[in-house]
Amino acid sequence: MQTTTENTMNEPIVAHRESGRSTVQVVLDGERRAASSDAPVKARAAGLNFYYGSMQALKALDIDIRERQVTALIGPSGCGKSTFLRCFNRMHDLTPFTRYEGSITLQPDNVNLVSKDVDPIEVRMRIGMVFQKPNPFPKTIFENVAYGLRVRGMRSKALIEEHVEKALRDSAIWDEVKDRLQQSGLSLSGGQQQRLCIARALATNPEILLFDEPTSALDPIATARIEELIVGLRERVTVLIVTHNMQQAARVSDYTAFMYLGELIEFDATSKLFTNPSKKATEDYITGRYG
Amino acid sequence: MSAVTADAAISGIRRDVSRRKLLDQLFVILGLIVMFSSLAILVFLFADLVSDGAPRLNWDFVTSYASRNAERAGILAAWVGTTLIMIVTAFVAMPVGVAAAIYLEEYAPKNWFTAIIEINVTNLAGVPSIIYGLLALGLFVYQFNLGQSIAAAGLTLALLILPIVVVATREALRAVPRAIREAAYALGATRWEVTKDHVLPYSMGGILTGMIIGLSRAIGETAPIITIGALSFIAFLPQSPFSSEFPFLSFAWLRDSFTAMPIQMFNWVSRPDPAFHANAAAAGAILLGMTLMMNGIAIYVRFRYRKKINW
Repeated sequence: MQTTTENTMNEPIVAHRESGRSTVQVVLDGERRAASSDAPVKARAAGLNFYYGSMQALKALDIDIRERQVTALIGPSGCGKSTFLRCFNRMHDLTPFTRYEGSITLQPDNVNLVSKDVDPIEVRMRIGMVFQKPNPFPKTIFENVAYGLRVRGMRSKALIEEHVEKALRDSAIWDEVKDRLQQSGLSLSGGQQQRLCIARALATNPEILLFDEPTSALDPIATARIEELIVGLRERVTVLIVTHNMQQAARVSDYTAFMYLGELIEFDATSKLFTNPSKKATEDYITGRYG
Repeated sequence: MSAVTADAAISGIRRDVSRRKLLDQLFVILGLIVMFSSLAILVFLFADLVSDGAPRLNWDFVTSYASRNAERAGILAAWVGTTLIMIVTAFVAMPVGVAAAIYLEEYAPKNWFTAIIEINVTNLAGVPSIIYGLLALGLFVYQFNLGQSIAAAGLTLALLILPIVVVATREALRAVPRAIREAAYALGATRWEVTKDHVLPYSMGGILTGMIIGLSRAIGETAPIITIGALSFIAFLPQSPFSSEFPFLSFAWLRDSFTAMPIQMFNWVSRPDPAFHANAAAAGAILLGMTLMMNGIAIYVRFRYRKKINW
């Protein structure tokens, strides 16, 4: 079914029926770049506005998300960081009376993710998401991870098993679940459930993986494991993470964007933004003066 | 603050708490009285039916046709008729009701038109059943030319319980958390895939419960099937749904005339001979038993699914 190059598992499973996807992805797989600044752009938001009915939630956002880097979105509650994140996989299309303007172009093929002409299903085939509260399906652990593959038309049992195992290993949960794959995903602890959800998203080899406050419902130990996992995920996927926890942003991300009232206030390398912010508002926020 | 005033304050708090807790206790007692009185009425009714019908509650009663002789009369045609009607009702109401609910809940845009449909579906549940009977008499019996048949009765009762099925199914679908739908959509599933792979399977417990509750309502309905012309005296069975030749199933029974449990009871009660009243009581006990059994199944189904899925 698939070509047997060593990169087979890392190619995005956009549509399994057409197995040989462009090799651009593979070429970019080379060595991990030491300095984050020379990473190519994976997605570029330009003049992005977003509306809930007549309420404008995002105002003219411009931001470059770099390939195989972790970009964190921080800001006080209601600043629009989750709203922004959910533009990337068109989750807002499920809510009536929402509207996008401007663009988020996905590289290298320059598709505008928020264009009306682009099917949201197509977008979600390429971009995975992990939610705030762990939300495994009330199915077996195996079926949870396999679901994305099945949606993509994968039928070969052996191939599905291979992908499921890899996704579970990559999500650092394989050892805990390998003997109980047929048990319900709901039988796991909260932290395990969240790692299962990460595996579920990873199994489809997304080009970007979105995290919407993935640890806000977890205890500190489970949180630490997820953070560790996210740092490691950089090796294979571009990560965008919303967090209300600034320490978390500082720990896991390469880039940080600070948002306030629907606007992007500052966007820079995490090391720079947290030590030497250029805007007063950013400094006030990271030093805890408001938010 | 001195010790004396502190003691006074504490005893004041205690008096207040014990007074409020007394109200709490009173409500518990009131609740228990109300609950047991309604339960007692049902138990009394059931016991009364059983004791009145006791001499007739035996195997012969279940396997005999109606007869002019009260001692020999039975409910064979009635319970077979009721069972077949319920089968038709279930096979019509389930797919139609569930599909309508899925459309309203998952697909329909939220506008004034769907709002009107929703209100009317709920209103339909309150329409007197005799109205359904009249509708069915005109539509199924004459217009569709189904005659006074099991099919017509099954369709009538399906119509009657459709609102119950739709409302129960919508409740069940709505109980599936948004987070689960989002998880499936985020993996690239289409709306139909989300519905068929997730929402529907996870709400099946609630849907089946609603279905059974609807059927247990339909099983006792008398007015609509009298309207469409159930026979009150029948000494034969509908044709068997099984045949010896391929495809081993036959649907000829759908066109057969029928009687049903409540009709048989009604017929017996309206006779002057008190011996028939015992028959009516026995049939009533059996009908009530059938209803309770169906509700029991509903509770079991719900329990099974609850155990499997807790959000």
